[in-house]
Amino acid sequence: MNIDSITNGYVIDHIKAGNAMKIYELLNLNKLDCQVAIITNAKSQKTGTKDIIKIDKDIDIDFETLGFLDHNITVNIVKDSKIIEKRKLDLPETIINVAKCNNPRCITSIEKYLDQIFVLTDKENEVYRCKYCEMSLKNKE
Amino acid sequence: MKHVIDIKDLSVEEIDSLIKVAKDIINHKEKYSHKCDGKKLATLFFEPSTRTRLSFESAMMELGGNVIGFSEASSSSVSKGETVADTIRVVGCYSDIIAMRHPKEGAPYVASMKSEVPIINAGDGGHNHPTQTLTDLLTIECEKGRLDNLTIGLCGDLKFGRTVHSLITAMSRYKNIKFVLISPDELKLPEYIKKDILEKNNIEYVETKSMDEYMKDLDILYMTRVQRERFFNEEDYVRLKDYYILNKAKLENAKKDLCILHPLPRVNEISTDVDDDPRACYFKQVRYGKYIRMALILKLLEVK
Repeated sequence: MNIDSITNGYVIDHIKAGNAMKIYELLNLNKLDCQVAIITNAKSQKTGTKDIIKIDKDIDIDFETLGFLDHNITVNIVKDSKIIEKRKLDLPETIINVAKCNNPRCITSIEKYLDQIFVLTDKENEVYRCKYCEMSLKNKE
Repeated sequence: MKHVIDIKDLSVEEIDSLIKVAKDIINHKEKYSHKCDGKKLATLFFEPSTRTRLSFESAMMELGGNVIGFSEASSSSVSKGETVADTIRVVGCYSDIIAMRHPKEGAPYVASMKSEVPIINAGDGGHNHPTQTLTDLLTIECEKGRLDNLTIGLCGDLKFGRTVHSLITAMSRYKNIKFVLISPDELKLPEYIKKDILEKNNIEYVETKSMDEYMKDLDILYMTRVQRERFFNEEDYVRLKDYYILNKAKLENAKKDLCILHPLPRVNEISTDVDDDPRACYFKQVRYGKYIRMALILKLLEVK
C-alpha cells in the first residue's frame, strides 16, 4: 500500500494499534482541510503492529494531550520533505478538558462550566487524579 | 490569605501551632473572648450537619464574633440554580471567613479559587473534612500527651470514611505510628491510601476483620459509623451497618489507658454501656472540636 510522503507537517508514529481514530478525533483532525492519512495495523518491529497518522500541513499539535493518550508515540516533524525533529512525548503534569471525571459525587458532575482538570500523581503507574475530588482516572484508553 | 480545604494544606508545624493555641484557649478562655469582635463567620451548609455547624458557630461566638449563614441548600440561592462560585463571591462581601459544607466533592476547592475571604472546608461528600481531623489530633494530644509512638485501630467503614482517610494522612507524618485496619472486606481501606500514604511513608499496618485480634495492642480505637448516604444500594448498607459493635465485654483485654474516639453521630457501633468507661473520649472529642476550630479561625483571620 502506498501513501504519499508529506512535504510540511507531521507523522505521528508508534501509536498503539487501534488508537489512531481516537487521536484523530481528540486532536480535531477532522476539521483540517489538508490531506490526513490514517494507517492502522502497520508492521512494527517493537510491538508487532502500530497505527500511524500523517498530516500534510504545519498545524498546532497539542503535544500534552498526545502525551497523555500515549507517551510512547513519536512525532516526526517534517519540513521540505525532511524529518527535522523526532519528538518524544512525556506524560503531562496536568491535562485540562481532555478526560471527564466519572465520580458522580464530584462537583464537576453538577457544575458543568468547570474545567475538567486532572493532575499526574503517580508517574510510574501513570495515575491521574481529578483536581477537585481526587478520584483516579480510570480507563484512560 | 490561606484556605483549609484538605488537612494536607497544613504543615506539621502549623498543626502543632494550632494545637498549642487550642490548648491555651482551653486553659485561658477569657483571654480569647474578644479576639474576633466585629468579625463575621458565614456557615454555608449546602447539606445539613447540625453538629459541625454548631461547633463552628459556637467557636466564633466564644471568640466574640458573629455568625451568618444557611443550614441547607433549599434555603439558599442554590435552589434557584446559583453556582458555588457565585454564592461564594456574594457571601464574601458579607463575611470575613467562610466555613462550607457541600455534598459534592471538590466544591470547597472551587470556592477557594474564587473567594476573597478564607474558606474552611467543613466536609465535602466522602472526600475531606480537615477540621474533624484537627479535632482528632487535638483529642489524641490532650488525652495521650503525644502524637507519636501510637498504635491506632481504625474500625468500621474504612472505604468511604473520610475521617479515617484524613486521620491516616495526618498521623502518617508523626514518628512510630502503627495502624490496625479493622473492617469487613467490602469496606476495606482503598488501595491508593495504602499505597500512596502508608507504604510510601513506611508505616506499619495490618488489616483484619476481627475487632478482638489486636485490641490488647491499641492506644487509640477510632470507631466509625457505616453511613447510609455513601451507599447507592440499600441492601449493602443494611448488611454492613451493624458489622461491629463495641461494648464493655469487647474492652476486657484492652489497655487501661486506651482512648476510644468516634467522629459522631454514632448509631449502634458503640454500645451505650461504654459511655461511662473512662476510656470513652468521644464526647470530650466534641468539645475539643470547638477549641481547635477557634484556633483555626484565629489563624486564618490572622488575629494575634
